[in-house]
Amino acid sequence: MIYDVLVIGSGGAGLCAALSAKEIGAKVIVVGKSYPTRSQTSMAQGGINAVLNEEIDSIESHIEDSIKSSKGLCDKEIVEYVCKEAPLVIKWLDSIGVPFSRNGNFIAQRRLGGAKADRACYAQDYTGLKILHTLYDNTIKEDIEFLNEHFLLNLIVENGFVKGATFLDIKTSEVKQILAKSVILATGGYSKIYKNFSTNSSQATGDGIAAALRAGCKLSDMEFIQFHPTSLKKSSILISEAARGAGGKLIDQNGNRFADELLTRDELSRKIFEKIEQKNEIFLDITHLGEEFIEKNLPQERRLSIIYEGVDPVKEPIPIKPAAHYTMGGIDVDKNMQTNIKNLYAVGECANAKMHGANRLGGNSLLEIVVLGKLAGRNAALSSSKNYIEEKIYEQSINDTNFIKGVFNFPNKIDFYEKREFLSKIFYQNVGVKREEMGLKGVLSVVRQTQREFAFMGIKDRSPLYNTNLVEFIEFGNMIELSETILVSAISRNESRGAHFRADYPKQDDNNFLAHTLTWKEDGVLCADFVKVKDNA
Amino acid sequence: MKITIKRYHPHFKPQYKDFTYEIPQNLTLLEALEYIKESIDNTLTFSKGCRSGVCGSCAVRVNEKEVLACEYKIEDGDKIEALNFIEPIRDLVVDIKKPLKTLKIAKTYLSKPNEISMNEKDEKLIRKQSDCILCAACYSSCPVFETNSNFLGPFALSRSYRYIADKREENKKEKIEAVISNGIFDCTLCGNCTVVCPQGIDPKRDILMIQSEALKYGYQNPNLSNFGSFGLDF
Ligand SMILES: Cc1cc2nc3c(=O)[nH]c(=O)nc-3n(C[C@H](O)[C@H](O)[C@H](O)COP(=O)(O)OP(=O)(O)OC[C@H]3O[C@@H](n4cnc5c(N)ncnc54)[C@H](O)[C@@H]3O)c2cc1C
Ligand code: SF4
Ligand code: SF4
Ligand code: FES
Repeated sequence: MIYDVLVIGSGGAGLCAALSAKEIGAKVIVVGKSYPTRSQTSMAQGGINAVLNEEIDSIESHIEDSIKSSKGLCDKEIVEYVCKEAPLVIKWLDSIGVPFSRNGNFIAQRRLGGAKADRACYAQDYTGLKILHTLYDNTIKEDIEFLNEHFLLNLIVENGFVKGATFLDIKTSEVKQILAKSVILATGGYSKIYKNFSTNSSQATGDGIAAALRAGCKLSDMEFIQFHPTSLKKSSILISEAARGAGGKLIDQNGNRFADELLTRDELSRKIFEKIEQKNEIFLDITHLGEEFIEKNLPQERRLSIIYEGVDPVKEPIPIKPAAHYTMGGIDVDKNMQTNIKNLYAVGECANAKMHGANRLGGNSLLEIVVLGKLAGRNAALSSSKNYIEEKIYEQSINDTNFIKGVFNFPNKIDFYEKREFLSKIFYQNVGVKREEMGLKGVLSVVRQTQREFAFMGIKDRSPLYNTNLVEFIEFGNMIELSETILVSAISRNESRGAHFRADYPKQDDNNFLAHTLTWKEDGVLCADFVKVKDNA
Repeated sequence: MKITIKRYHPHFKPQYKDFTYEIPQNLTLLEALEYIKESIDNTLTFSKGCRSGVCGSCAVRVNEKEVLACEYKIEDGDKIEALNFIEPIRDLVVDIKKPLKTLKIAKTYLSKPNEISMNEKDEKLIRKQSDCILCAACYSSCPVFETNSNFLGPFALSRSYRYIADKREENKKEKIEAVISNGIFDCTLCGNCTVVCPQGIDPKRDILMIQSEALKYGYQNPNLSNFGSFGLDF
């Protein structure tokens, strides 16, 4: 069986791509390691940006805010396209059933950080959940074929064209190849490298980006990782900006304030991190707002804090820390969402379409996954006729089958769970909100050592049946592969810009670094370079 | 403290076996499961995702009651097992494929969107139902599955109501037709689903709402109409 379009990943980006490819008649399949509605997109609370009322806001202003936040690293054309499409996709989402919150007869909007107006459309605190579930309902309506609980291993590439991909069937540990004329990667970000120091779902392990890197794709701007200033201290679960917006104060253990709560995410994250480094404890205090106000306006924040921190914010300040939240970097794509491999597309958090540059604005990523997801689906479907696929067992498939068999016999002398834990800690300390050359180089040597030790690790679970030990091991392999690209990029960028802050180079340096960091592999060796940004003036 | 997990592996004999583990205090059940997997037994198998109660991956039963593992704080002596009425795969993982098929049968989507725009009041009508995270806790709690494995079940019916009540749906008839067979009249109105739903959804109420809507289209509750037709039949 040969599909026109194979979509890998069933979050918001993947479902939008599948729906639009199907709409123009392509034979589509969506493959995911979990189930569509279990994707990280379900976690987005805040909203999705779009200018709906030109009397109080303007598309120009949305474009301006996005460019400003990107600190020179966005592609102006993409930003313009996405912001102009925004009102149309909100209309589309509304027409297929998303129950956005209303203000009277109109879709309600609220203000998120960095926006000049109330621009984020929302569905209570469940914006991502309700968008994702409505998209899923529509894929059922449109009879889209799904293959769930299949884990992407590698892309199949021949003569510069993608031919499909190989998957681990999680239920049986068999390796399967799926052939398609166009392939879209929509596998999400890589914040889970920071494990317990990340707000993300456990699925955000960057598998698709690592597979793309191995297949010969270029990655870009991998060092740009956004930290959220207020995640719960123990669990890193996100406490949304709404709490600060409503008047929440940041205090230390002595009750002293130390920062302007309305600074940008990266500035605030740094300030909090520095305080914690100096052995302070930091809290988000909303007690002064009173129970009635909190119950009405911040019920979700209260609930999360009680369950995961054991603290009722009505009575006590909430212990917090900054945590890795969103990865701006990813698979480098052009404005058609095409990678440097023919007929291979990437979209959503796994891709770098240069919508966000050095820093993402809240509410812009849900927007990106819908607008660009649809674009990727359309382009992939249209270009599918340009690829010829031979129906045979591809070498990649044989190699991966052997690899999986091999893993069952790895010696397991080194416990990868311990390594994973350790790596996440040194990443948070040295590759987090504040970086400097020595620390980065130290972590790089640990990562390279860990890569060498990979074959001495392995799995204890020898059953082929739904082996999550095996899945987590492969995810770990992907994370250490990507860790190297993040570190090499961060070490090369001797400046500070947006989410990338170098204590040893605290200034932005446009003369040398108004450029995207590219990383790719040649014969298994990682290469890096900068390419100047197209004129953004 | 100690918790016991009822583990399952179809290739082992016996297929089901209870294991007791010593774990630290003050963890959520999901944290406890991760702790066991990473430091005691790498083979323990369960599903997870957001760890914050929105992705619907982690529903299990604790002391025979459905909970989300990521939201539940463990207590000494808790007994953990997989969801009921869903084919087990391994340990706490069940095969959600069949329960999800009910959505297709129940046609839970906007079939024929109209041009009417929704206002604040209309949105409120479907707000709770659209909070559903498809965790299948309700499905596992529903006694109808003991006798009828083809029952559409609470989450599909609640989602059906969410679209029937949606102002933007033109073709309500099609929606209602889809939930008659093995659907709204097979529910015993026991209310289990409502009790266990972590999102505070009330599928029982939604089923009653569809029942009264169905009347308008001429669908009678067969369990009741037996009385009405008594005279005609004999
Ligand atoms: C707590 C939180 C709150 C957020 N709030 C907002 C907000 O308010 N507004 C906003 O705009 N953005 C927000 N974001 C960001 C936004 O949610 C994400 O960037 C966006 O949802 C990413 O969508 P995606 O489709 O690219 O990826 P995901 O939703 O992460 O989907 C990735 C898919 O790929 C699959 N996959 C991954 N690896 C493999 C593999 N190896 N094989 C097969 N399948 C695989 C996964 O199973 C999943 O289906 C938030 C993020 C978080 C974590
Ligand atoms: S009320 Fe109906 S649907 Fe809900 S559990 Fe009882 S029988 Fe099942
Ligand atoms: S209705 Fe409630 S219990 Fe049932 S699947 Fe939805 S969220 Fe889970
Ligand atoms: S892990 Fe997502 S609901 Fe529990």
